[in-house]
This record gives sequence, structure tokens and C-alpha cells, in this order.
Amino acid sequence: MLKGKSLLEPMDFTTEEMEELFLLADKIIEDPEQYGKSCEGKLLATLFYEPSTRTRFSFEAAMLRLGGKVIGFSEPNSSSVAKGESIADTIRTVACYADLAVMRHPKEGAPKVAAGCTDMPVVNAGDGGHQHPTQTLTDLLTIRREKGGFDNLTIGLCGDLKFGRTVHSLIKALSRYQNISFVLISPEELRIPEYVRKEILIKNNIPFQEVKNMKEALPSLDVLYMTRVQRERFFNEDDYLRLKDRYILDTAKMKLAKENMMVLHPLPRVNEISAEVDSDPRALYFKQAKYGMFVRMALIMGLLGVEERRN
Amino acid sequence: MVVIDSIKTGIVIDHITAGLGMKILEYLDIDTTKNTVALIMNAVSNKYGRKDVVKIENVVDIDLAALGIIDPKVTVNVIEDHIIKRKIQITVPEKVVNIIKCNNPRCVTSVETGAPQIFHLIDKDNREYRCDYCDEIISMKGGYSNEIIHKQWFDR
Repeated sequence: MLKGKSLLEPMDFTTEEMEELFLLADKIIEDPEQYGKSCEGKLLATLFYEPSTRTRFSFEAAMLRLGGKVIGFSEPNSSSVAKGESIADTIRTVACYADLAVMRHPKEGAPKVAAGCTDMPVVNAGDGGHQHPTQTLTDLLTIRREKGGFDNLTIGLCGDLKFGRTVHSLIKALSRYQNISFVLISPEELRIPEYVRKEILIKNNIPFQEVKNMKEALPSLDVLYMTRVQRERFFNEDDYLRLKDRYILDTAKMKLAKENMMVLHPLPRVNEISAEVDSDPRALYFKQAKYGMFVRMALIMGLLGVEERRN
Repeated sequence: MVVIDSIKTGIVIDHITAGLGMKILEYLDIDTTKNTVALIMNAVSNKYGRKDVVKIENVVDIDLAALGIIDPKVTVNVIEDHIIKRKIQITVPEKVVNIIKCNNPRCVTSVETGAPQIFHLIDKDNREYRCDYCDEIISMKGGYSNEIIHKQWFDR
């Protein structure tokens, strides 16, 4: 039962609750127009303290397609946040008006602070370099639809594994499935954080390797999850410039991969996947973005506890 | 040889790792204008070689939760009428609130001052704690006890 829950990190939902969402998302994908009135009379607040295109549009499109309405801000300077209002006060005020809030914030744990101050469901739409659970729902739905499930997969994650919040959430979520192994491809400086290594991988005895060479890792992978080195996460521009072009996926490298390997990317990309790869049938990142809206429609319906009210 | 009088009523925190006595005293934030406090540093210890000792007169009701984080091998004796009435067992707490400060500059607690600092123990041997908000892991072992919050910050 998802009604009234908040989604701050992937483990907030059981695998059964995730499955419930994916089944609903499958039904929505089949016939989205059937759900056009499911959220009539409901209001979503989007609180974006940090720029976003995909996630915000995806949530707003999801709510509008469900027949609901959206309020919010897309950058903090246009709200009372610019006057120094705390997260706690902002969310308490928003809860007076909206049924559900989606928050993106540069500080890690900000949505958790918000959820602790209200009974309204709060969804973490990305908090600093920490977690991004709705991107994970998107990633999982894509894998599930293309691979038929999550068990027995070798997942390669490449790029910025230190600050890549989508990476942390995806590893957490996948750690609950059977016979999963990870190949973590990154420069030394951008390896996964200690808590992911210790608390998720080692604690759950999940096989993983940390490597620097993408070419050597490619042949063994069922899924390659590429990430962008994020300029906004670095305190030092020199470090960013030194690391940003370390991994570039091109057609030559794709020849080393399995014929049915999936290439995923949370987007936006800069140059870590060459445009020439886009026409490869294994490149699924734009399909993934579309699935993102459908799984968010399912999530909104689940958290608001609305019936599948059809047109 | 330094001689410190015994106390009639109060507590003695013994077997403090040499060098951590000041840290413990700072955390406890005893009002030294009203109470007699002795900090003995680098004393000879049969058990550990060197140790610090803190004696506090006329105070028995103090929050000792943080002692297990700073130095779990300390022993705490409650003194009444010059004799040890009871010994308090110090443990490494599973959850601490407003005792450890998160040192991750990206953590929400660096800006949201009203949010309580909450940490959970993840590795008792290494006294490692994980921040509830950002998952940053802080080891309180060795010289890392700088993350201990000064108690008076929260008593104001």
C-alpha cells in the first residue's frame, strides 16, 4: 500500500510495492489516455531548488496527463526561499495547498527534512550527489521491460560514481534482486562512496569489481549505465576538467559489447555517449526517458491512493 | 606527584584515553563557576600506561550518552560520602541525536539549522556512524572526535 508514503530513497518501497508500480506503469503505457481523469481535483507541488528539465517536466507531464494540476517553482530565487525561508517552513506552507510534493535540492537529505515536517507525501527528485529514486524507478522499468526482470544481470556503471545520485539509488534498488553483479567503471577520484560500498555491496555479499578500463569491462555486461561527470558537483573546476572526458562510449567500443547489452543514461548527456551511438538499437536512453513519465504517473497514483478512474 | 583531593559527592570519569579528557570536559560543559572540577592529564595508569581523569564535585546527574562515542573504555564512578556508590556502564550508543555533527558540506544539516543531527551506529568496533540525511560515514575512533558537538550549542 503506497498511499500516503514518501519516496526519499529506493528502499522506502519494498520489491512488491515496486512491482505494483511497474504493473500499473505497464497498463498506463498500453493505454495512457484511459488514465486522463485519475487525478482530477488533485494538486502536485514541484519544488525545484536546482535546475532540471527531464525530471520536472516528467513529473508535471505525468500529473497533467492524469488530469491533475501543478504548482511550484523551478528555481529558488522566484520563491520565499530567496528570503531565507527554511525547508521545514516551505514544506509546511506547501502542505496547506497541495496533495503531494516533489522536491529537488542541492543539499543531501533535504527531502528527508521536508518529509519529517508534514503528513503530505514527499518525493525526492534528486538531492545533491545522494539519491534519485524516481530515476531508479525509470531505470528499473526500462530494464524490466527490455530484459524481462532483474535477476542474473551484470550491470556496468560508468563515469561519475561518487557524485552520481542515480548510480547510488540504482545500486541500492538492484541489490535486492537475485544473482546481480556490478562492474563499477570510474577513475580513482570518482569511485562509489563508502556507504554504498560498505552498507550495500559488502554487507549484502553482492559481487562487484571496481575497474578503470571501460573496454575491458564491456564484453561481460548485460546493462551499461553511463553517467555524466557533473560540473556542478565539483568544488574545484580543475578536477572537473581533468576528469570530464575520461569515458566516451562510441561505435568502436559498442562492437566489444554483447548483442543484447542495453545502454542506459539518466540524461542529460554531454559527450560521454557519442551521437553516433544513438542509432544503435541497444541505445535505449531516450526510450528510458519516455518510460520515466509513465512510471511517475504510476507513482503519483500510488502515493495519492487514487483509483484507476478511467475516462 | 600531583595530589587531588577525593570528592565527597560527585562523579569520577576514569581511564580516559590520554589526551581526550579535555574533549570530554568540553562536551559535558560543566559550570565551573559553581562546581569544583579537576582534569588530570597524562597520569600514570597500571592498565593503559597513561590516562586522563575527570573529577566533578556535587554533580551526578549529567548526560553521559556521548562518552561512549568519545571513548568507550572510560569508567564512570558515582561517589557519595567519599565512597563509590555505583559504576555506570558506558556503551557505544546505537543512535545519537545532536551529538555528532555531519562534516559533509553537501549535507542538508549544513544549511537547515533546525534539523536535528541524527546518526546511526554501523560499525561498533570502529565506532563508525552514518548520517541519517546524507549517509556520510564518520569514524569516531582515534582523532576524529572533532565532530562531537559542544553540548551547550543545543542547550541555549
